[in-house]
Amino acid sequence: MSVVVLGTGMHPWGKWGRPFVEYGVAAARAALDDAGVAWTDVDYLVGADTIRNGYPGFVAGATYAQALGWSGARIASCYAACASGAQAVDIARTRILAGLCEVALVVGADSTPKGFFTPVGGDRPDDPDWLRFRLLGATNPAYFGLYARRRMAVHGSTQADFAAVKVKNARAGSLNPMARYRRPVTVDEVLASPMVADPLRLMDICATSDGGAAVVLASEEYARRRGATPLVRLAAVSTVTPSFPSTVLELPNFATDSWAAAPPPEKPFRAAIAYASYEEAGVGPEDVSLAEVYDLSTALELDWMEDIGLCPPGQADKLLRDGVTALGGRVPVNPSGGLASFGEAIPAQAIAQLCELVTQLRGRAGPRQVPGPRVGLAVNQGLFGHGSALVATL
Amino acid sequence: MTFAIDGWFTIDHDGVRLIGTRCAGCGTVCFPPRHGLCPDPRCGGTELRACRLPGRGRVWSYTNACYPPPAPYVAAEPYEPVTLAAVELEEAGIVVLGQVTDLTVEDLEVGMELELTSGPLADGPQMWMWRRAS
Repeated sequence: MSVVVLGTGMHPWGKWGRPFVEYGVAAARAALDDAGVAWTDVDYLVGADTIRNGYPGFVAGATYAQALGWSGARIASCYAACASGAQAVDIARTRILAGLCEVALVVGADSTPKGFFTPVGGDRPDDPDWLRFRLLGATNPAYFGLYARRRMAVHGSTQADFAAVKVKNARAGSLNPMARYRRPVTVDEVLASPMVADPLRLMDICATSDGGAAVVLASEEYARRRGATPLVRLAAVSTVTPSFPSTVLELPNFATDSWAAAPPPEKPFRAAIAYASYEEAGVGPEDVSLAEVYDLSTALELDWMEDIGLCPPGQADKLLRDGVTALGGRVPVNPSGGLASFGEAIPAQAIAQLCELVTQLRGRAGPRQVPGPRVGLAVNQGLFGHGSALVATL
Repeated sequence: MTFAIDGWFTIDHDGVRLIGTRCAGCGTVCFPPRHGLCPDPRCGGTELRACRLPGRGRVWSYTNACYPPPAPYVAAEPYEPVTLAAVELEEAGIVVLGQVTDLTVEDLEVGMELELTSGPLADGPQMWMWRRAS
């Protein structure tokens, strides 16, 4: 028994300024069309919630169900920050694996304000996400800047290495009609963009975007009955949390756990997220044909490459420089163009990563097609300790 | 003197010190101060006592905010980039974030020693901050 991704759909990323429901419905309809499934035949709908769009955002499952037309389908709504999409996928696939439904639709979409993400409004001193802004002025890019500077000190990465990540991802994004930024860039352009959070510049940091993504999941039996081919299996979903003591300073925290009384875990959080999905899928990093990693900053893509085991710590810059992770290389990383080309539409992002894996595995990625892929990995991390990794296989 | 947050730091004859908690069972230190369960799930201790953290440490990493951070932060006018440092307090085995006073990113290096001080946020209340170790 396995769960198959029967269809994918996206609304192009951008700054369209329209209600998130529109993007979600467009993505859902595209995914249903792709799967050849009528909305009224869907047993189960899961909505990945947005917290920036009022009450309909918080109850996204029902909001999408109503927008598609009440069909009586069962639903769920979930929020896990950037990992919302992975949790939504996990809820749907678990219900299919349990034999409680045959075909499910998973939808995530967001409509974002201009500028820095800010915490939910009001005076909320019990919320660490509110407090880090109030007491420190620590925006998300501040944490990305800390990781990037640390990488420079420990592994000798340079700002030119970071810029080379952007150049690679912009090239891939230029080939993706769903990407928001579709213009190739040069290292000089990145290095000339304004500094935001030293050592990271504007073009090193992912934007905030509007967008929507959806997938149709089904039991393998259902997919076979419908003659779907090729069958792309959802081989693993990892939603692990950190293990104590977590020794990397994570958003939105003021401090790490203490490692004075208990030794740190063998694998730090980001690596643990990926390895839990490898274990569940029965594959290893050497099997990965392509990876979508959460490049909130250019520097973070290099960290992720090491965390998911593509190379030992400190070697990611060399892999990048050798073209191994570019389109045409041995293991393309972010062949979709990544967050560098999309910007972040939080509840949609993990679902969009899965859309790219499936598109590649089905051989439908056009000019950015990775030749003959068998295994795709998507990793991501949500605020407060929400892990997110998906493995799709042929 | 008004503190920007109560119970997270103190100013006394030792200077400025962060206040964390220490588990009476296993000794695990925590910042900010924690109530309820020890953060180590293998311990299960419930007696978390207030403790003072070391006042010095070494820079784990640093960055700045070249643009004024949004509300609820109150940015100074005219705005000067805020410098932030994550500082490793060796004995406590913990890295703590704070603004840095009187130093810019050009002055900082990973591994450099800093000590705790305090300074006013733009709208007045005192906050813990890092400065060059004396």
